[in-house]
Amino acid sequence: MKYRLGKRVAAGAVAGLMAASPVMADLVFPSMSYRTGPYAAGGIPFADGYADYFTMINARDGGIGGVMTTVPECETGYNTEKGVECYESLKGGGGLVYQPLSTGITYQLIPKTTADDIPMHTMGYGRTSAKNGEVFTHTFNYPANYWDGASGAVNYLLKENGGDLNGKKIALVYHNSAYGKEPIRTLQELSKKHGFEFKEVPVDHPGQEQKSQWLQIRRDKPDYVIMYGWGVMNQVAVQEAVNIRFPMENFIGVWWSGSENDVLAAGEGANGYKALTFHGVGSDFPVFDDIQKYVVDAGNAAGAGDQIGTVLYNRGLYAAMLAAEAALNAQGIHGTADITPGMMRDGMEALEMTEARMTELGLPNFGPEFKVSCQNHGGNGLVGVTQWDASTKTWSLISDFSATDADVVQPLIDADSAAYAAENKIEAGC
Amino acid sequence: MFYREAGDFSTTYAEDQQTFPIKFDRYRYYVVLFIAIVVIPFMVNDYWVNSIFMPFLIYAIAAIGLNILVGYCGQVSLGTGGFMAVGAYACYKLMTSMPDVSMFVHVLLSGLITAAVGVLFGLPSLRIKGFYLAVATLAAQFFLVWLFNRVPWFYNYSASGQISAPERDTFGIIITGPNTEAWAAYGFCLIFTIASAVIARNLTRGSVGRRWMAIRDMDIAAEIIGVNPLRAKLTAFAVSSFFIGISGALFFAIYLGAVEVGEVFGITKSFLVLFMIIIGGLGSIFGSFAGAAFLVLLPVVLKVVGVDLLGWPTDIVAHLQLVIVGALIVIFLIAEPHGIAQLWRVAKEKLRLWPFPH
Repeated sequence: MKYRLGKRVAAGAVAGLMAASPVMADLVFPSMSYRTGPYAAGGIPFADGYADYFTMINARDGGIGGVMTTVPECETGYNTEKGVECYESLKGGGGLVYQPLSTGITYQLIPKTTADDIPMHTMGYGRTSAKNGEVFTHTFNYPANYWDGASGAVNYLLKENGGDLNGKKIALVYHNSAYGKEPIRTLQELSKKHGFEFKEVPVDHPGQEQKSQWLQIRRDKPDYVIMYGWGVMNQVAVQEAVNIRFPMENFIGVWWSGSENDVLAAGEGANGYKALTFHGVGSDFPVFDDIQKYVVDAGNAAGAGDQIGTVLYNRGLYAAMLAAEAALNAQGIHGTADITPGMMRDGMEALEMTEARMTELGLPNFGPEFKVSCQNHGGNGLVGVTQWDASTKTWSLISDFSATDADVVQPLIDADSAAYAAENKIEAGC
Repeated sequence: MFYREAGDFSTTYAEDQQTFPIKFDRYRYYVVLFIAIVVIPFMVNDYWVNSIFMPFLIYAIAAIGLNILVGYCGQVSLGTGGFMAVGAYACYKLMTSMPDVSMFVHVLLSGLITAAVGVLFGLPSLRIKGFYLAVATLAAQFFLVWLFNRVPWFYNYSASGQISAPERDTFGIIITGPNTEAWAAYGFCLIFTIASAVIARNLTRGSVGRRWMAIRDMDIAAEIIGVNPLRAKLTAFAVSSFFIGISGALFFAIYLGAVEVGEVFGITKSFLVLFMIIIGGLGSIFGSFAGAAFLVLLPVVLKVVGVDLLGWPTDIVAHLQLVIVGALIVIFLIAEPHGIAQLWRVAKEKLRLWPFPH
């Protein structure tokens, strides 16, 4: 098509002028969003942030490397079948990188994207062992994964307890699905290493009914509760924890259990609740001035435009920023502005986020520094902790982005990815 | 006019009893089969197979299975999702423990295993009926999902509890896994769909089907004329679960490739298949296809029209779809309880008489 177009143009009288600027397609960053269903409260801000960042890039910089971006949206409803339908229909539009935003859909798409030579970015979710790029060539989960989350929470507790968790009791309240089950093995290993007692408390989808689980927690009196929840489950859990008077300072959610939606419903009671994070909170970053100027004031904000600065909006924005950086990287590597999904993969694999670059982008201290390589698709796995202040209704970062326990996490990743490689006859290697 | 019967005489009982007694219908059926088998495999791409044909074919098998139980035998069931899960997990265990055996065998075995489980959960149907049986099968649904989530043996002790289909073949053609060609996946499902429809059609018009229908229409009267309710009900459960198990196995192994039981085979799946046979038509094989096609295509069509053509926000279209499906179910229940199949039947009658309606 493009070739034919080029030929026709060349045949024209103004050939010399026109042929110099070949017709370029947009860079497509599909957004597999969910603005409906039991998880919509989390899906909406993420999708808004993702779309707004690209809108800003288009308006402010004229796209990436001179090529405009488009963000076609497809509603998955957090449903695997719809997710597959979305992927197949978006594939026709030449999407550069897919962010399925659901562990279930990620599992479907890992083999499909690998076969189609399209990269997938599962930021802070999906299959943890995809960190091993030797096996999972097209899946990236930088800057942190579920097992970093489990280790990060334990590290934080270690710091609070003077480096000793011996004899303590830690309970894990989790969404009884692939996502929620992910940290169990890591926490089991960590409990062996640090000598704390570990207890699993599953909650079934969608998680509105948790009375019995919290009665169990009241009876067992764990010192700390870690939560891997999502959607409506979080709100209910925080409320139930308030009901049994569980001390909120000892209740830590993973990053998918740490947004405004999860704590606002419980009001004052939720004060002091903590959550892990791998990016900054609040709207106190220079980039938000640009968002205001080029997106909101121009009337181009995605959705209702009321999510700016919320935790999940920031995560969507962060995801978009990392995708844009990887695209820029890919353009540099391959020397063309019109990149393909395969080139995008190379750009992601060579991605390095430094503090200097983050500051340049208007996001100083927003996220940890990390470097992706062929072996390591998961970055450095630095995790921070945030805390909710119910009186000002804000989250604030209360710790640095600090390293997680690679001695425990890495062997688990190696074992799990080796099992996957054996099951699917994948030749591991870089 | 459209349906000419002139010159269409049957001279034997066999001719009179055939599935498509009208020549025009019969030829149309052959044309559909010809297109499905010979034309489509050469034209499909990933999108058409993964988004439209495969869900349609697989849901059609599930709908046929449920239709046998609900439509033909009158035993209300809400356990479809659970039985599909049995098929999927059986297939997974077979695939991973016997990698060299053909996928055909695995899918058939999964159907047989599901049939056995179905009979087990069908036993209460001898004592309870209607609404109470629906609740009993609902219990089966929840129990089976809980079981597959709870017992690590079923998912081979994987860390996440997900099952994912490794690459397997049949007659040297790759059928599962990411490297499957679109036509291979389509063809594999098509074979099972056609076979299921033919078997179901022949069962339901033979003596077995008559027994089911007798039980459905009035079980006491059926017993008096010599139908054994135990055998009739349990065969209905067995055959129905067999088809549902096959659809579950295909759903997991060929269509999705990885499954999380609570999400994919939850209660919503049971309702979806039930809606298919309600909208399509209870007690009709064609209805099972019509219902499956309708509920698979409707969201895709709404998405294409709403999002791609009109440019509406995706969430509005998703909500609209819920409203439309809900409204359609109510409308069908009021206006045409026998579903699309009955609409088609009436249309056909009218076309046969047209242009002389009186």
